[in-house]
Amino acid sequence: MGFKEFCFKKSLWLFHFGGASCNNCDIEILDCLTPRYDVERFGMLLVGSIRHADVLLVNGSINQRDKSRLLEIYEQASKPIVVVAIGACGCTGGIFAEGNTFAGPVDKIIPVDAYIPGCPPKPEAILAGIVKLLNK
Amino acid sequence: MVKKTLIPIGPYHPLQEEPELFKLYCEGEIVKDIKWETGYNHRGIEQLSEKKTFDQSFFLVERICGICSTSHPFAFANAIEEAGNIEITNRAKYIRTIIGELERIHSHLLWVGLAGHFLGYNTVFMWAWKYREPVLDLFEMISGNRNSYAMFKVGGVRRDIENNKISEIVKVLDLVKKKTDMLVGAVMDDPVIHARTKGVGILSKQDIFDYAAVGPTARASGVAIDVRKDDPYAAYPLVNWKVITAEKGDVFAKAEVRLLEMYESISIVEQCLEGLKKEKEGDIEVKVKDIPAGWGTGRAEAPRGEVFHYVLTDGSNSPARHKIRAPSYTNIATFKKSCIGQTISDATISLAAVDPCYCCTERMAVAYDSKTGYRILNGNQLIALSAKRTQNIKNQS
Repeated sequence: MGFKEFCFKKSLWLFHFGGASCNNCDIEILDCLTPRYDVERFGMLLVGSIRHADVLLVNGSINQRDKSRLLEIYEQASKPIVVVAIGACGCTGGIFAEGNTFAGPVDKIIPVDAYIPGCPPKPEAILAGIVKLLNK
Repeated sequence: MVKKTLIPIGPYHPLQEEPELFKLYCEGEIVKDIKWETGYNHRGIEQLSEKKTFDQSFFLVERICGICSTSHPFAFANAIEEAGNIEITNRAKYIRTIIGELERIHSHLLWVGLAGHFLGYNTVFMWAWKYREPVLDLFEMISGNRNSYAMFKVGGVRRDIENNKISEIVKVLDLVKKKTDMLVGAVMDDPVIHARTKGVGILSKQDIFDYAAVGPTARASGVAIDVRKDDPYAAYPLVNWKVITAEKGDVFAKAEVRLLEMYESISIVEQCLEGLKKEKEGDIEVKVKDIPAGWGTGRAEAPRGEVFHYVLTDGSNSPARHKIRAPSYTNIATFKKSCIGQTISDATISLAAVDPCYCCTERMAVAYDSKTGYRILNGNQLIALSAKRTQNIKNQS
């Protein structure tokens, strides 16, 4: 077992970065925590600081104002960290890619390990994405 | 002299799901001044909308805000239909109203949950969000998606609610009503919630007028303002319902207004379903050939207040100018009144009480100045800028 596998073996802690989004993905991420989906049974927890997190969830298109902050948050994260781009906007920029403040999809700014498409992806899809990533 | 401390909340704070920055200037525990910075969520929607056709724009305005993803298309449709002088069928009106009211139910449940979360009372958060799920299932049954429904189009709606689905919807509504009873009981009788919300973040009637607040924020202070009654659209004139108001203006009153509004919404949906049975199935749209040059304004009552859309058309198939004003834009300004003078822990729930939605609000980008950081426009500069843009549009048309 390598160091990376050891780090991601149990109880992943998540940090949520909402870029310039429409709020839908943010809500679906929160929805994962609530009784019907309940990711806490897998030991997953939304934490307040990136320094405590194993997984960085990024959703929404990234605009010029978010870009430097996303980079900063990624640099502050304790490595190894897994980055998951959620939603059509997180993966490609989606409907906002032609906007005048758009600063590139997430993978142009920081390395991304998994993409979960959908507008918004269902909580099941978010769970499935993270599980797939862990089994990789 | 007590030293003032700056306490930042945000931009990426675990308490809020959206990025925004509040700066609380505190003396000891008491908030003395508050400033906020937005712009983390700006996507340039008005400009994008002008590049798209009317049909495509509906998908865009739906994604202004995920929670009010019916209100924006609703107001946009009202605006285009005013510009084009289009009268839609009764069945389409009923379906639009049903979607709008179901959205209000899920949005208010979401707020109750988040308010509990802000208070540190996560039980309320979990319960409220648990009973929001059946409403989202209804949306999935009707439209195929849990959050962005894509139901609206110029001249009607995209999908019908078939009569055989009505009984299923009624069943879910009964469940939601029962669970709302439970939530109302839990919130209204809970001594913890009373202690945390009564007398906190009070907005007087005068404050509402001063800051032009709308929606449940205004109604909780005794101002009965509701676009559904004041400027009826869709099927609202065809059904019976009343505007809920409360007098005190504190956070508790806002919770009360939202919870009681859910009963009204359930009743409106039930009446609309009855109306739906009388209309012919499949009669959901009128053919629209073109939109003539002109302009239209559309209003809709979002769960947070009045959404306003202005559309200027030039006879082509896309809007020449599209202006949006979302309710949170004015509601956020009331923080200056509701938060100052409170303790920090009460200020957070006062911030949450207006149900702010920053992704709706961000309608303007402020240019960067490389030397001084951000350029912040003052009121007069904004008015001058807006007058200049209006003049440009007038010159073009």
